[in-house]
Amino acid sequence: MGDALHLAGQLVLSGDPDLWEIVLLSLRVSLIATLIACIIGLAIGSLLAVSRFRGRSAVLVVINALMGLPPVVVGLIVYLNLSRSGPLGFLGLLYTPTAMIIAQTILITPIIAALSRQILEDLNHEYAEQFRSFGLSRIGQMKALLWDGRFALLTVALAGFGRAVAEVGAVIIVGGNIDHLTRVMTTAIALETSKGDLPLALALGMILLTIALVVNGFVQSVRSTATRAAYA
Amino acid sequence: MRDFVDMPDARTRHEQGLTLSGISLSRNGTTLLNDITCALPPSGITAVMGPNGAGKSLLLRVAHGLIDADQGLVLWQGDAVTEEARKAQAMVFQKPVLLRRSVEANVDFALKVAGIRHPSLRDALLNRVGLKGRNKQPARLLSGGEQQRLALARALATNPKLLFLDEPTASLDPTSARMIEDILREERDAGTKIVLVTHDVPQARRLADDVLFLTSGQLHCHQDAASFFQTPDSPEAARFLAGHILN
Ligand SMILES: Nc1ncnc2c1ncn2[C@@H]1O[C@H](COP(=O)(O)OP(=O)(O)O)[C@@H](O)[C@H]1O
Ligand SMILES: [Mg+2]
Repeated sequence: MGDALHLAGQLVLSGDPDLWEIVLLSLRVSLIATLIACIIGLAIGSLLAVSRFRGRSAVLVVINALMGLPPVVVGLIVYLNLSRSGPLGFLGLLYTPTAMIIAQTILITPIIAALSRQILEDLNHEYAEQFRSFGLSRIGQMKALLWDGRFALLTVALAGFGRAVAEVGAVIIVGGNIDHLTRVMTTAIALETSKGDLPLALALGMILLTIALVVNGFVQSVRSTATRAAYA
Repeated sequence: MRDFVDMPDARTRHEQGLTLSGISLSRNGTTLLNDITCALPPSGITAVMGPNGAGKSLLLRVAHGLIDADQGLVLWQGDAVTEEARKAQAMVFQKPVLLRRSVEANVDFALKVAGIRHPSLRDALLNRVGLKGRNKQPARLLSGGEQQRLALARALATNPKLLFLDEPTASLDPTSARMIEDILREERDAGTKIVLVTHDVPQARRLADDVLFLTSGQLHCHQDAASFFQTPDSPEAARFLAGHILN
């Protein structure tokens, strides 16, 4: 175990190209998924925050339920759609990073939508009368809420990214953990651990943890700066 | 002594100010506004007075179209207050609702919503409310008085024809209160119709041209200010004024 840790440290410090290829692919896939999920999720969240319609509470229940989607189920559904015989099989996306991005996007969009809806609705509670007095359109209202909620929403994006980058069940099904193509940190850890190659697994684990800490620290410091200016 | 309550409506639209007819509002079985009818002149400052809980804030919201009354009609210069019509009006709330942005961004927001592109206007407005050079400061870190002045600047940004204010100087420092009163006079003189909720009797004496007095959702009188403060039409108003003079 001590040896394994030592070797893991060496791997990280020596800049092992295989290791960094895996790390960079992980980051690329999860960042793109987070970006797409934010675009869709924030649109849904802000629309729900300013809208009242019949069946709204049912929509909220569904979105909240989707937050808890099991990754393997998402992986399976995406797999069925992208497999050669599936409806989107002609795209040839199975076992590509794009397939992993799709799966992660589906997984975290409900999280972004549900969490942002709550934040923006609270904010709207405070602003609604003033907006009405301005004669602001619904789109204008959504835009203003998104901007004024920007620091709280950063935390939401972080929650989405955290779930995406740490997730293994969906990406292993649709990505296949193919070396130099779709191998990401989590799938590599799972594989190397089962093969008994603990140093590489540990090295990746340390990097994953470090990424989580750094991103969290960054968001924390941005938010506390914003709080001091009463912007959050 | 002028009496506004039953003004005939055979006038051109422009001569018609703000008309409330038969406004009633209740919530959970409680009547909050009871059949309020009045015609406010198209210019000047109307003070809305009455004790706490009288329904002054509710009446203002109904008049501005933020709340729909259960019954009755609000007309501004002969027209219903639609979403579009509201853009020619503005309201300053008792507790200013400032965006989580800088001072200047708050004014810019109002200008943008109104589709006004006029770069020097914002600074002129900030200057007018005594916030010159404070452009980049976070709006929500201003003092209470400064926040209320910023809310006023933002309300004036769209050059409203009808301006509602809900106790804008309650609990403000004298300097801020004074500054706001001065601006309200200037606006009135420039032809803006102002409806001001206040329970500050000296302030109403200084500013008001006419006075609406209500208690418990009931409109007791609508009088020319001079006569209201001398001989109010209703015993409730007389008691209210006496109480404030005693205090
Ligand atoms: N949304 C509401 N639902 C129920 N009661 C309300 C609501 N808004 C105000 N009220 C009640 O209406 C009365 C008048 O309120 P308000 O207009 O704020 O009085 P004020 O004259 O002090 O401004 C108060 O008794 C208040 O509790
Ligand atoms: Mg009030």
